[in-house]
Amino acid sequence: MTSFTLTVNGAAHAIECDPATPLIYVLRNKLGLTGPKLGCALEQCGACTILVDGEATQCCVRAVSEFEGADIRTIEGLAEDDTGKRVREAFVALNAAQCGYCTPGLVTAATALLKKNARPARDDILKALENNLCRCGSHARVIAAITRAAEEGARHAG
Amino acid sequence: MPDNLSLSKTPSLDRWVRVAPGQRITIINGKVDIGQRISTAVALIAAEELDVDPSRIDVAAPETGAAPDEGITSGSNSMQESGNAVRYAAATARRHLLALAAEQLGVDVDTLEVDDGLVQSRATNRSVTYWDLMPEGASFGLDVDETIATKPVASFRHVGQFAPARGIENLVGGTGNFVHDMVLPDMLHARPVRPPHYHAQLTALDEAVVTRLESEGVTVVRDGSYLAVAAEDEYAAIRAAERLANAAQWDSGPGLTEGDVFERLLTEPRISLKIVDGKPVQDPVLPLADPPKAAIATVAARYDRPYHMHGSIGPSAAMAVCADGKLTIWSHSQGIYLLRAAMADGLEMDIEDIRIIHTPGAGCYGHNGADDAATDAALIARVLPGRPILLKWTRDDEHAWEPYGSAMVMDLRASLNEAGRVIDWSQETYSDTHMNRPRAGANRAGPGRLLPLNYVAGPLPKPEASPNMGTHAGIHRNLDPLYNFSKRRLVKNLVGSMPLRTSSLRTLGAFANVFAIESFMDELAHEAGIDPVDFRLSHLDDDRAKAVLGAAAERLFAGEKPAHAGRGIAFAQYKNAKTYAAVGIELIVTDEAEVKLLRAVGAADAGQVVDPDGLAAQLEGGILQAASWTLYEAVAFDRDGITSRDWETYPILPFANVPDVETIIIDRPDDPFLGAGEAVAGPTGAAIANAIFDATGLRLRRLPFTPEALRLAALA
Repeated sequence: MTSFTLTVNGAAHAIECDPATPLIYVLRNKLGLTGPKLGCALEQCGACTILVDGEATQCCVRAVSEFEGADIRTIEGLAEDDTGKRVREAFVALNAAQCGYCTPGLVTAATALLKKNARPARDDILKALENNLCRCGSHARVIAAITRAAEEGARHAG
Repeated sequence: MPDNLSLSKTPSLDRWVRVAPGQRITIINGKVDIGQRISTAVALIAAEELDVDPSRIDVAAPETGAAPDEGITSGSNSMQESGNAVRYAAATARRHLLALAAEQLGVDVDTLEVDDGLVQSRATNRSVTYWDLMPEGASFGLDVDETIATKPVASFRHVGQFAPARGIENLVGGTGNFVHDMVLPDMLHARPVRPPHYHAQLTALDEAVVTRLESEGVTVVRDGSYLAVAAEDEYAAIRAAERLANAAQWDSGPGLTEGDVFERLLTEPRISLKIVDGKPVQDPVLPLADPPKAAIATVAARYDRPYHMHGSIGPSAAMAVCADGKLTIWSHSQGIYLLRAAMADGLEMDIEDIRIIHTPGAGCYGHNGADDAATDAALIARVLPGRPILLKWTRDDEHAWEPYGSAMVMDLRASLNEAGRVIDWSQETYSDTHMNRPRAGANRAGPGRLLPLNYVAGPLPKPEASPNMGTHAGIHRNLDPLYNFSKRRLVKNLVGSMPLRTSSLRTLGAFANVFAIESFMDELAHEAGIDPVDFRLSHLDDDRAKAVLGAAAERLFAGEKPAHAGRGIAFAQYKNAKTYAAVGIELIVTDEAEVKLLRAVGAADAGQVVDPDGLAAQLEGGILQAASWTLYEAVAFDRDGITSRDWETYPILPFANVPDVETIIIDRPDDPFLGAGEAVAGPTGAAIANAIFDATGLRLRRLPFTPEALRLAALA
């Protein structure tokens, strides 16, 4: 057992756990943030995608000890973020989910993209989602929702 | 239509509709929402018939005892069974409420109008609400009237309109309540520890490791060859499962039987049945005769489909707690009543002592590991009474142990006459079973379908396959084409000796049968020198079939074809009874022999459309999932077990190859609604094959169409 301080969604949390524990189990079980989903624990599917210092990051393999001092944002924290909110609203408006298990990871990856590239081309969106899998076949709607969120963002900025 | 299956089992209106406190209406149905939006559709139907806003309607999560038993959520049956049941139930409820209102207001019932649950009479200015009429605790006390006149289509306000998917905000916000996310007081996390493969038996367990784990607070469950661990901390449970796996010794026996699965399907012992009008008959199966004399060309081709996974993004999971000898289980099973019956039988418990509450999992697309995981959780919960057990499979467990969609071989031959008409058609399909869902049953064969019970001490025998005798069931689903061929010889061959565990995967045999039929129709059209769309149209009598094919073709062939691109089209009516669907695909084959999808067009006629956006989502999802099967997927194994155990060894469609997807829905408001969740899969596979042929001249007949497969075809 080791003590850590994690900064998650803007708040500092004192954590005590096995330092080898992958971050996802800490977020889900100790902080009650179940938005990041456990899909593969192999960094292959993106269901656990979070933002770490603004970068879309899978958190199912890397140990919690590696994340000390980082700015960690989960899907729950994106509710307060303008870009995150726009992405969420676009996903809702287009019903861009079926079972919804991969959705938080997609919303998070999309938010990371739009923060860096406010007007992504379709290929930029596909590239940003290269680590995310969806099995229900919501892909086309997801791409459309991200495009819509970008357009909304441009309208807002303009 | 007074023959609704769901209502015949559960006629009481109070079981379906509840006038609930807070000016709410609760609909209780037995079909589970697995992302296909059945709850959105039934809410729209109920809102329409009751004249209340859809936002007032709650759709209860099905649980045993409370929900009507509607069997399994499968086969694209939910709209016809649950959708119609709810429509009749809501209409009966409205009639009863209006009778109460007429009495209370002292007016003739014909003077009453309802607006969002407020009942007003044109004869007076008095009004009363549904909730006044049926205060908390009141019941209808009558049966659903299946002959009731439901609302005329012209008066629809909700059915057929865009609706937000129920729960979409929670799903998008990460607050959807998946079973994986549940927390109960004193809960333990658990993981199963599986053998290396199906046939391995536990011979020894390093007791020192077990003692050490127990000293660390880990519970080790050992029952015959069945192993599992439970611990307070989830990562501790994962580590414990790895250590226990390393401490176990297994007798692997001869392992899985190897050999080319397609050759095996063709050569191993089989039960053969002739199919007539979509149904197996006991007539003798006659050998394939010589082509008819009028034939100017006879074409034969064989198509192969490998084993496919459901490939749920979330590994199977369940919560279970055992208290006072009673089990409560939260499961993402598609058939909670069947699971309960199987479990009661398998665990030798009274059926009333098991309660199963449907709780969402990740999309499952058929019989995946959900029921097995529920059984795992139950076995562990019985060892630790009073402690809720949240059990999750790992990705490795899911890939290696879920029941797959069977490998299949489709062997076709057809003859053309001078006019370009098919005058003789033969298809034989070879496959292992598609029907392996848990249930109660003679000789405990039903609970033997629950994986963990094959490994406990006194294991239940693994199930033996028997032919499904239903119409368009299992292997012979969509084996009988909708085309007007005058002569057809159709045979299903059940091969029960195949090496992998199989069961129901979205469409069962239909995907592979339609892939074969619709690829072959293109081959025949080419042979006849007739446009593939015209060739199909000339063999169709059904106007609705012609309309979807025409609509997809018009959209696909509009505009100029990009350089080097190919276009292909295919059609089927699911089970020859449900949604009509045609799919068009435009693609290119890259210099690296990769198939790059450009456009997909899906046209469908699902009868009356209740939730148009939900229907479109099912079509889009079906196209993309089937595109994934077609281009990427095949379960791999060797003697030592399954070797495709993660997303690198079993890849699925990446975002990088997602085409533009368009859907065309032909609404038939005056026709009954038809299930749509599986309609486009088969046409998608064939449309891709046909488009590859159009682009390259290569005819691919074995899935998946990987770069290696394309290169091999080019060399042939």
